[in-house]
Amino acid sequence: MRMADLPGAYDLPDERGHFGQYGGVFVAETLIRALDELKTQYARYRDDTDFRDEFEYELKHYVGRPSPVYHAKRWSQELGGAQIWLKREDLNHTGAHKINNCIGQALLACRLGKKRVIAETGAGQHGVAAATVAARFGMECVVYMGTEDVKRQAQNVFRMKLLGASVVPVTSGSKTLKDALNEAMRDWVTNVESTFYIIGSVAGPHPYPMMVRDFQSVIGRECLVQMPEAAGRQPDYVIACVGGGSNAMGIFFPYLMRDAVKLVGVEAAGEGIATGKHAASLTAGRPGVLHGNRTYLLQNDDGQILETHSVSAGLDYPGVGPEHAWLKDSGRAEYVTITDQEALAAFHDCCRIEGIIPALESAHALAHAMKLAPTLPRDAIMLVNLSGRGDKDMNTVAERAGLQFYCRPECDPSRR
Amino acid sequence: MNRIDATFAKVQSAGRTALIPYVTVGDPSLAAMPALLEAIAVAGADIIELGVPFSDPMADGPVIQRASERALLQQVALRDVLAVVHDFRMRDRTTPIVLMGYANPIEAMGEKVFADRAASAGVDGVLVVDYPPEEATDFAQLLHARGIAPIFLLSPTTPESRIAAVAALARGYVYYVSLKGVTGAGHLDTADVARRLADIRRHVRLPVGVGFGIRDATSARAIAAHADAIVIGSRIIEEIEQASPGEAAARAGHWLAGIRQALDSMERKRAA
Repeated sequence: MRMADLPGAYDLPDERGHFGQYGGVFVAETLIRALDELKTQYARYRDDTDFRDEFEYELKHYVGRPSPVYHAKRWSQELGGAQIWLKREDLNHTGAHKINNCIGQALLACRLGKKRVIAETGAGQHGVAAATVAARFGMECVVYMGTEDVKRQAQNVFRMKLLGASVVPVTSGSKTLKDALNEAMRDWVTNVESTFYIIGSVAGPHPYPMMVRDFQSVIGRECLVQMPEAAGRQPDYVIACVGGGSNAMGIFFPYLMRDAVKLVGVEAAGEGIATGKHAASLTAGRPGVLHGNRTYLLQNDDGQILETHSVSAGLDYPGVGPEHAWLKDSGRAEYVTITDQEALAAFHDCCRIEGIIPALESAHALAHAMKLAPTLPRDAIMLVNLSGRGDKDMNTVAERAGLQFYCRPECDPSRR
Repeated sequence: MNRIDATFAKVQSAGRTALIPYVTVGDPSLAAMPALLEAIAVAGADIIELGVPFSDPMADGPVIQRASERALLQQVALRDVLAVVHDFRMRDRTTPIVLMGYANPIEAMGEKVFADRAASAGVDGVLVVDYPPEEATDFAQLLHARGIAPIFLLSPTTPESRIAAVAALARGYVYYVSLKGVTGAGHLDTADVARRLADIRRHVRLPVGVGFGIRDATSARAIAAHADAIVIGSRIIEEIEQASPGEAAARAGHWLAGIRQALDSMERKRAA
């Protein structure tokens, strides 16, 4: 289905948070009132001039927006096909797109009079962003993080602590992002009156998928203006990695109604779809209910949620935002996969050729662009969301590379 | 009349509060279930709630999470839960069985297939924690049509305006979550529960069960003074996990009998 075939404008989700059969509010009764309140208050502030002005002010002066679009000329030339442009979310304060959403939710928390915020985190980028806005707005902050992720993202744990947040290691289940989300939900259900839950992706119960999408869509709105200025026209392809899918929804959303622009989401194939060690819920999952919404899930025949694998902690999640599920079924967006190995190769190329160290999550989108570029004419334009920087991934990459870093020939002492 | 309604009719005419223990199917093992269920029935369970193991039990505290994890280590699935009920029904035709769990295992089986199999196994009620009424109209209909009661939660945060809407879909009993928190938490406020039950009864004709946070004879009696039924889960599971697998049934039964006795002595006092 193309957007043009839809009656009227794109106006999903519906009143109760459904994107077709996906989304909704699948939570225990105790949380219903808090979600209803959030829905009502968000509807009020979404179009409130003061709220929007403050959001934009913070994005400009605190986050450093707009983030530029950058023409990766050397890389495009080397690949010999389409021109690759990068949306530089890696240049944001705290190093990823996550901060956009955290600013929005923190402003909402302030207006709701909540003095305590909680968050779940996988790679730690959302945790750092939540801890940052909590510091900025003077709120108590508790971040839930699986013990596996605490280990592989030690630097981000330290950052969160520096920012005054308390990081609670989660030891239940698979000890990763999904379990951190379970634990954050348990905290919220217990402290629902005092606490604002800052969900980090376009996931969770309504209104979160819509609200996070709205806050993140600043990414795509900037691109709509920047691409004609910088590249002369809108891109042919917009490519973004998808774990929960917030950076992808953020850049896709303003392009949804522009049918000429192909939207491609890139999931983590881990060690390969066939091995079962991956995190590609749209590609290899089935619809089900988890964490408050109906969406594609990696699950076994009994409906138990499977443990996932990806070299990037931020993509290591067995579900996906419900709007992506709808975009997949409707055909408006295409979803592909990239393995750990392909993502790592793209990571190194991006460092070596463009002087940009990307997050391993974003490297999945870059890897797909690398595959696609040579198949397209030189005047084709691909816009890749470089959703975050890779400083947090140094340990992972060093371990994988066996510390064998690329050395530019002219810098290699043995060649002098 | 279905078994849940019949049970409440009997309990209420005797001036008693129904006792509803909860255990997770597959904890300590599937093989242990017949003896465990028999033990808690003999100890005085009026209704038995059976937990369906799930990988992500978001509304449960650590004790029931651990029970779920132990069951999942043995690959206990929803079809095993139904087999346990079927087996129980061969020996016990009267004690109602209510399944409590999360949406995804049911959706994986298919809601209609599940409703059919639950009915033929002898399930009397189903409580899906993450199916609030707004998302469960069709599912509740499937259950109704097969004589199974859809059971819904009410919580301290449920506004009065919503109670009637929840009750409209509910059958059997409604389950009042006695505190803001997860199962097994320990900050129960009896006076608050009493106030809330009065609000609920203005809108709900069904019996009201109260659970989450009842841990001993004292809290059981305090809540029983106001509720039509009390639900106890985490505390029984603690007994099970501290026992050797062979002794789990006897130990859970012994502990529950103590609660039954506490309730009965209170009720005799009330009757006298």
